[in-house]
Parts: sequence; structure tokens; C-alpha cells
Amino acid sequence: MTHSNRDHFLEGARDCLPIMLAVIFFAMLFGATGVNNGLSFGETVFSSAAVFAGASQFVFLDLYGQQVPVWSILLAVFAVNFRHVLYSASLGRYMGNFSPLQKYSGFFLLADPVFGAGELRAQKQKLTPAYYFGYAVPLYPVWVGCTALGAGFGKLITDPQAFGFDMLLSIYFLSLLMGFRSRPNWLSSVLASGIVSVLVFKYVGSPWHIMSGALVGIALAAFLGKPEEKVEKDA
Amino acid sequence: MLEFLASNATMNNVWFVILLTGVVTYITRSAGHVVLARFKTLHPRVEAALEAVPGAVLVTIVLPPALTNGPLELVAMLAALVASFRLSPIGVLGVGMVIIVMGRYFGF
Repeated sequence: MTHSNRDHFLEGARDCLPIMLAVIFFAMLFGATGVNNGLSFGETVFSSAAVFAGASQFVFLDLYGQQVPVWSILLAVFAVNFRHVLYSASLGRYMGNFSPLQKYSGFFLLADPVFGAGELRAQKQKLTPAYYFGYAVPLYPVWVGCTALGAGFGKLITDPQAFGFDMLLSIYFLSLLMGFRSRPNWLSSVLASGIVSVLVFKYVGSPWHIMSGALVGIALAAFLGKPEEKVEKDA
Repeated sequence: MLEFLASNATMNNVWFVILLTGVVTYITRSAGHVVLARFKTLHPRVEAALEAVPGAVLVTIVLPPALTNGPLELVAMLAALVASFRLSPIGVLGVGMVIIVMGRYFGF
């Protein structure tokens, strides 16, 4: 290995730069939404620090305002986050050189972009702890700090949409998605997932489109994958 | 504990509820690996399924909003899609964001 840990950490930090604006935007949006939905400043910031998952935090906010039982909030958070089960199952295969502490602290930071960037890295070269944390660690203080900014000055942001920040994450995820196009059966599984997710999004609603769509594409990939091995067993 | 889970989330217990949402999130983020790590070798079909995870999940996050956000957002996503065959993530972001910001500035 010619690269030092420092180089890998810096490469990770460089790769996370493109999404920093989006992280800042969504953290401030969450902060402002939190204090406007019945949470105190401290509770809003604590939510970002303890959860570090935008979708879960917004679902929590939404349900907290509706006077519902605690178990239903936890179930909704579990449903919204269920895709993360697949993330650690997949990315964990490349974490052979992580210590248990690195692995299990790393999973705390395993947000969507961290997963995408980790997979993309592992496709090109060995995923090192230094790269993983170089990408993930800068996101955390920015997420928590900008939540505090949004909670403190939430009412000062007048028209955040004019800057297009709401679209930044979508475009970034699209570029990650295309980064995986050389994988076997990528197009067929992506098309299957995409079609199912659009239909479920339209006729059932969010967030069910994510897991249902993903599972159909993954099942198709399993069906199409490497049939030459163990054919007799699967027949 | 069951009694607590059945009670409503209120101002009095919200710190603990937030902590629990964090715990649930952490469980989903580690569970997949915890389960898979029990197996020494993975069946080729399981490997193929895991290889498909990033594409299959990301498309469900990207596609439904892209089709329902509005015409300007769709155009920006299509341009970013074309750009992604050639450009790095930063370049793709640049193409998409320029279209969004310009389009909204001119009132589309």
C-alpha cells in the first residue's frame, strides 16, 4: 500500500465536499422545522446528534405533532430506515480490514451518501477505515451545527428553493446511481426497482416505495445472478 | 416499558423518544451486517443480490420525486443523467444545479 491513512482520509473528505451544501441545507431546514413544530432548540439539536438520519428525523417531527403513541413513531422510523439493513449487509462485506470498534461506530454514520460513496470506493479499490471516516466524519458536525443554526435563525431563511438546494441531494444520488452501471444486471434491476417504486409512490405513498421497489430489483438480480453455479440446487 | 411505548409522545418524554428513534436508526444501520456476518460464505445469488443493493435503492430515492416534482426539475435530472456518462459527481451536480437555479430565476 503506497497511500497513507492521511491520504485516504483526505480523499474521503474531498469526495464528501459535493454534498456538503445539501447537508447544510437539509440540516438548517430540519432545525427550522423542528422549532416550528413544537420542539425546543435543545430537543431539535439533540435529534440531529442522536439520530443523524434526515428521513427519520422528519418522520419523527411529523408524528410528534400528531399526538400518537411512542411505538407507532418507532415503527415509522424503522420503516423509513429499513433500507439501511441492506446498506450494512452490502457494505459490511468490504469492511474486513475495519476493527470491530471502527465497524460499529462507522455504522452510526451510515447515511445514504456514506453508503453510496463507500460502495463506489470499494468498486475501485480497497475500502479503508481512513477513507470511510474521511467521508463520513465531516458530515456529522456540519449536520448537528447547521441544525442548531436553522433552529436558532429558522425564520430568517426566506426562499431557500431559489438556490435549488432542495434538488442537490437528488442530483448527487443520481450521479452515484450511474456510478454503479458497470455492475452485472444493473440495468434490469434498476429498471425493475424504478418502475415498482414509481407505481407504489403513486398508488400507496411514501415511504413504502423505497423498500418495495428496492426489494423487487434485488430479487431480480438474485434471480439473474450467476446461474452457472449451484444450478441443480436452485432448480 | 410497554406502558411507555403505548403512551403518547409528549413534551415530558420527548428527549427519551428522540433517543429511542436514534437507537432504532442505529439498529437498522448495523443489523444487516450483524446477520450476514454469521455466514462464512455467501451463496452466489445472495452475492448477486447484495451487488444490486446500491442501484436498486438509489433509483427508488431518485426516480419518483424526479417524475413528480415538475417539468424544470425533470429537465435538470435528465440533463444530469446525460452528464453522468462523462462527468464526475461534481460536474453532474454543476450541470443540474445551473439548470435549476437559472430556470427558477427566470420563473419556470
